[in-house]
Amino acid sequence: MLTVDLALLRGWRRNPNLVLRHDRNISRSNTVLAKINVMIIALASALASSSLAAEQAGPEIADFTLANGLEMVVIPDHRAPVVTHMIWYKVGAADETPGKSGLAHFLEHLMFKGTAKNPAGKFSQVVAHIGGQENAFTSQDYTGYYQRVPSEQLKTVMEFEADRMTGLQLTDDVVLPERNVILEEQNQRVGNNPRARLAEQIDAALYLNHPYGKPVIGWRHEMEELSRNDAIGFYRRFYAPNNAVVVIAGDVDPAQARALAEETYGKVPRHGATGGPRVRAQEPPPVAVRSLTLADARVEMPTLQREYLVPSFATGKRGESEALEVLAHILGNGSNSRLYRALAVEKQVAVVAEAWYDSNALDMSKFGIYGSPRPGTTLPQLEAEIDAVVAQLIDKGVTEEELERTKTRLIADAVYAQDNQASMARWYGAALTTGGSVNDVRHWPDRIRAVTADQVRDAARQWLDKRRSATGYLIKDVSPQAEKRS
Amino acid sequence: MTRLVASILCGVVALIGCAGTASAMTIEKIVSPSGIEAWLVREKAVPLVTLNYAFHGGATQDGADKAGTANLAADLLDEGAGNLDSKAYHERLENHAIELGFQVGRDYIHGSLRTLNEHRDEAFDLLRLALSSPRFDADAVERVRGQQLAALQRDTTNPNDLASRRWWQTAFPGHPYGRETKGTLETVPRITAADLRDYVRRVFARNELKVSIVGDVDAKTAGALIDRAFGGLPAKNDLKAVANATPSGLGRRIVINVDVPQAVVTFGGLGIARHDPDFMAAYIVNHILGGGSFSSRLYREVREKRGLAYGVSDSLVWFRSAAVVLGGTATRADRTADALAVIEHEIKRMADEGPTPEELAAAKSFLKGSYALTLDTSGKIAVQLTQIQIDNLGIDYIQRRGAMIDAVTIEDAKRVARRLYGGGMLVTVAGRPKGLTSSETTE
Repeated sequence: MLTVDLALLRGWRRNPNLVLRHDRNISRSNTVLAKINVMIIALASALASSSLAAEQAGPEIADFTLANGLEMVVIPDHRAPVVTHMIWYKVGAADETPGKSGLAHFLEHLMFKGTAKNPAGKFSQVVAHIGGQENAFTSQDYTGYYQRVPSEQLKTVMEFEADRMTGLQLTDDVVLPERNVILEEQNQRVGNNPRARLAEQIDAALYLNHPYGKPVIGWRHEMEELSRNDAIGFYRRFYAPNNAVVVIAGDVDPAQARALAEETYGKVPRHGATGGPRVRAQEPPPVAVRSLTLADARVEMPTLQREYLVPSFATGKRGESEALEVLAHILGNGSNSRLYRALAVEKQVAVVAEAWYDSNALDMSKFGIYGSPRPGTTLPQLEAEIDAVVAQLIDKGVTEEELERTKTRLIADAVYAQDNQASMARWYGAALTTGGSVNDVRHWPDRIRAVTADQVRDAARQWLDKRRSATGYLIKDVSPQAEKRS
Repeated sequence: MTRLVASILCGVVALIGCAGTASAMTIEKIVSPSGIEAWLVREKAVPLVTLNYAFHGGATQDGADKAGTANLAADLLDEGAGNLDSKAYHERLENHAIELGFQVGRDYIHGSLRTLNEHRDEAFDLLRLALSSPRFDADAVERVRGQQLAALQRDTTNPNDLASRRWWQTAFPGHPYGRETKGTLETVPRITAADLRDYVRRVFARNELKVSIVGDVDAKTAGALIDRAFGGLPAKNDLKAVANATPSGLGRRIVINVDVPQAVVTFGGLGIARHDPDFMAAYIVNHILGGGSFSSRLYREVREKRGLAYGVSDSLVWFRSAAVVLGGTATRADRTADALAVIEHEIKRMADEGPTPEELAAAKSFLKGSYALTLDTSGKIAVQLTQIQIDNLGIDYIQRRGAMIDAVTIEDAKRVARRLYGGGMLVTVAGRPKGLTSSETTE
């Protein structure tokens, strides 16, 4: 059967920190979420400088800033007459006022409710009429909106997007039903999914002080109280040209994109009070091993999830984030990773064993391990085996063969990314709203290539310290009360 | 390769998107030296090769007592082949950043391959090994079977899976389409290595193979690569026939009790065959009812106006021997009945009145314009070309599609809406929906 184009969404659905406005596949099946696994590859470059890429240079990427402070990135790709137009606001769930969890995401939904100039539904109707696709997404650090349209319609969507940067109008008639929508979204993503419930609890235990400990979707009791005024206040505070990045990838030239931007976004005035440094409450040095257990009557496959507090690209020292990237791959990505070989193949104590790292965070990020035991193995036994694999890696380091294989894989991803304009736009947007620059993205393969075996072992030694971690067990609730709950 | 690549039989230039744009995509039909036909799109902008292919013979080939055989085989194809065990095989893939994927559907097993240009010979060699001499070593079989059983066990309390599984079982009782591709907790343990070998032997053949290749390769090189992977396969497959079927249970509602805060609903009814002359009209009408945009009737009524669900949609699903309309939503338990009433009302209204001329015009505009978005990466192009070959739509389909959409009149749309939605729906609900019960006492 013909499948709907969800390529842009597909990768993101693996990232539990991203919440999308509309995800039509989710009601059909959650099998894609079978493996809890955050985007492993955080950044990609247009100019991979491997032997083959040298002769096949990627596109020339333009990066400039309008007079009102709006940053723009243009990634030409003329293979198909379409463009991906994205606006990324430098605001996410971590920027919410305490007590208002879920507000950044709620506003993202409400951004589709119309302006003085374009009443509710108009923008979406026009996008549909020209055969475009649209959606929006929220993370801890950014909120993004995008349209994929025929290239000659680029100006149209830029006009609409510029209009709703400051022109949003909200009434309770549209706000209140939409609040029910996000509550159903919370049920769908979290309430109905025991593993997502566990992940929320681990985040909350990992971050003692930083707002990353709150779920992007929000806590239900706070979501239920979010109001029109909350949304408008948040909007006026954070939505401005000098607090956003526009990324355009596809069939467009930088000069043309710039001219269109001047005519549309260029007319929106700078907002004096926003766009400065993003200061959040930071984490104290972690000192305690944290462990927790969530019992849920629906659990048929026990799982273990662990997160360590580790540097992101933005907070790490030079090379640290790249070493963590390589470490996550060697430890837990693919059939020949350390965890899978030891636990699933050799000792046969696990059905799944993986590791992941998320480099895209403005503040301290997470390194995760995930596993499910085979029948007959308990979670504490599985945890002991995981600990042994980690300990061995810390002790003995990684082999040159593992290092080379991993680098080849990661650097190839940068070349593969060039095939997909939407992926390119996404990578640049995510980097630029989490403390990275165009140059950082561009030179990512070089930095991966420079990672040494010693750096990988040092990263493991320094950051995979259990005192920096929270470990969660997901088990079946067999108490009689669980059956009565309704 | 001693023989020359057969001459290119025809070249068709398909202009994607609006006329007047510079971008064009040429689809060449090529025939490899061993006689395998493939569609090729040359793309020099990115130094990679993307292959997509399908063999006729998916989960329909499973024995009723061994459902999940094709799926288990697919998961084991890269777990050791030829003289390489699982570890060695994966090392060869990873050392060259080669991506291989296999996916089993009901009628077909689909495969994909992505490689950097410089490693393409190695990539196609590894594919040949996977298809022609998978090992099915006992340890790998048990490991992967264990993973599948764990997932099946987990699904026993997953409302999405429960609602979907029951829908298919009820719609196609006793028919291969009524079984889940992934099998069940009862059937997967019964599958033997001999069953897996038998599946591979019967299905992986050249005669009903559809191949699409996109990348920086010319016709001659593409032909050689195709033979490298597929040239040694048997000439003819050996498939079990599948009877034509229509969905049953229409008008029924089945509630499956599972303790979740949100009830998951699957609904569906009669569909339309891909080769039916009314297919395009049905495709448009369904887009208006519940297709994937923010302006479908279901989306507007269920989500925008009432806030009853985060998502609601439906789509046409077609197989070789059956076709259905299938949709879903997830709503809170105390409003499930309301959401279902709205959906049923909208389906009936569409059957009775059809779309408005304005809706028809808007849907046509969307479906024409959005097609280019399904063809903007090598991977997407390859998938699309394989599907066009499977559906037997012709190499010029991309060119003709716009006119086919334009030709649908409002009368066609109304007639087809009645045909599509007038037959009633089978509804399965997993959760604790308040005030909603099964329509039969057997539940």
